[in-house]
Amino acid sequence: MPDVAISADGLVKCFGSVEALRGISFHVDTGTVLGLLGPNGAGKTTAVRILTTLLHADRGEARVLGVDVAAEPARVRGIIGLAGQYAAIDENLTARENLRLVGRLTHLPYRQTRARGDELLERFELTDAADRLARTFSGGMRRRLDLAAALVHNPPVLFLDEPTSGLDPYGRTELWRVIEELVDGGTTLLLTTQYLEEADRLANNIVVIDHGQIIAEGTSAELKAQLGATVIEVGFATNQAAAAAASRLAPIGSVDVDGQELRMNVANGASAMLETVRALDADHLEPVTMVLREPTLDDVFLSLTGHAAEEEAADDAAAAAPRRRGR
Amino acid sequence: MSAATVAAPAAPPRPRTHAVADAVTVAWRNVLTVRRNPRLLVFATVQPIVFVLMFRYVFGGAIKVPGVPYVDFLMPGVFVQTVTFGSLQTGIGLADDLQKGLIDRFRSLPMARSAVLVGRTLADLLRNVFVVLLMCAMGFLVGWSVHTNVIAMIAGLGLVLAFAYSLSWIFAIVGLSSPDSETAQAASFPVLAPLVFASSAFVPVNTMPGWLQAFARNQPVSVVVNAVRALTLGGPTSSAVLKAIAWIVAIVAVCAPLAVARYRRVV
Repeated sequence: MPDVAISADGLVKCFGSVEALRGISFHVDTGTVLGLLGPNGAGKTTAVRILTTLLHADRGEARVLGVDVAAEPARVRGIIGLAGQYAAIDENLTARENLRLVGRLTHLPYRQTRARGDELLERFELTDAADRLARTFSGGMRRRLDLAAALVHNPPVLFLDEPTSGLDPYGRTELWRVIEELVDGGTTLLLTTQYLEEADRLANNIVVIDHGQIIAEGTSAELKAQLGATVIEVGFATNQAAAAAASRLAPIGSVDVDGQELRMNVANGASAMLETVRALDADHLEPVTMVLREPTLDDVFLSLTGHAAEEEAADDAAAAAPRRRGR
Repeated sequence: MSAATVAAPAAPPRPRTHAVADAVTVAWRNVLTVRRNPRLLVFATVQPIVFVLMFRYVFGGAIKVPGVPYVDFLMPGVFVQTVTFGSLQTGIGLADDLQKGLIDRFRSLPMARSAVLVGRTLADLLRNVFVVLLMCAMGFLVGWSVHTNVIAMIAGLGLVLAFAYSLSWIFAIVGLSSPDSETAQAASFPVLAPLVFASSAFVPVNTMPGWLQAFARNQPVSVVVNAVRALTLGGPTSSAVLKAIAWIVAIVAVCAPLAVARYRRVV
């Protein structure tokens, strides 16, 4: 198997006048996980749809295990698994039948289809629900079944487009556990997500995209080093107090002030918090609120681009989203 | 990360095409779906029964057709009308699959490109076989009689089914072009209603105003109804049947390639 499992080279895609991808390049080494991180409309789904042969790029080249997705899409389909943003399962079939459907369509021998289905149901903790219609399933169960369906033909390369969006925290943790097991088994994975926490937990490398362009890439540790691992937010009663505090706190971490609110990216949260409290106390600056938290995608974007990761109507919306509604 | 050079891989095998097997698999899935979905099952069974009873007893007394009992004139019209409206299901089903992301899954699998559409239309054909047999039984119960012979009647029913199959391809295109099943349904009805009602299905065309007659005489629903009538009431059949076959072949020849092209490009 080649060292590089997935490669994208200068991918460009426009929908009418909207430039969804403006020339993005990345690669994923065999057996590793790449997290494609970005807000809604950044171009994540478009990139996945091109790599999985669902969409043609206007320019650029994409390969999976060395096979050109535009030139030989049929070969690519035999080696990839895809689970999209919405669970693509047939609600009127049982879990077992859904897996059998995919097994037959990927031309596994009959016995193997059955055995593989049972194995996946077991692994995704769906054995008890195997003969229930999928329309009775919870959101988490649907996603697990969808992921199982993507794995029936045992693809060496897997694409997951926002696998946990819309799930409750329990469902999310469950799905993460399953994905981690897959990766331990040697599957190469490209995962898109809006959640920094998710990319952090699952991905070896992270590519941050915004407006169809790559704005940062590296390991989670590298991105955090660039960003500061923790965020401290302090609110004051007046703008003057916030400004005074900003100059006082500047030695502790990088400080942004927005009116009465003050934000700091710091490397070591607990000790920075302690220093902050001491410094404010020494100057008799009394905060109204004070929060210590993990950085979010918004913080990444604020620090990388200077704008928040706001929702935008463009790109992915134009690409795919409007014909499907989440359930 | 710039352009990554990729070594020539241990080439994944070039897939064989499995067009027939894949279509049968998709058809199996669609038949199961109808069985599991009470709404579809009701649509497939109750509606044909209601139509036969309604036209027989509500309109049957009001409409007089010279030379034949109205029920014998009516039944071919009810057959064609029912399968024509039923062909909407092809579009509704595809729009639904598209909306739920199932079409994306199918398109990402190493299966034949034609299979989703062929499987869908085959399943709908099967449903129509069931519907037509049910209507036959109902028809016989309310006094329908075939004036020719069993072979001509079977040929007539075959024509009804072939026509329904050709219409499925029209609505496959509609379904693949609609954002959801409600839109597919709403977009189809204004086309279907004039085809079914401005036709010879329920009343003789010569009772209509002159400007409508030219359309009503030659449009496919009338042509197929006339052919089935010829096959069940007797009289000259060959020209009516050939015209019907020409319509059916033309619709499939034009719409099936368009539908498959639409499926390939759908986003």
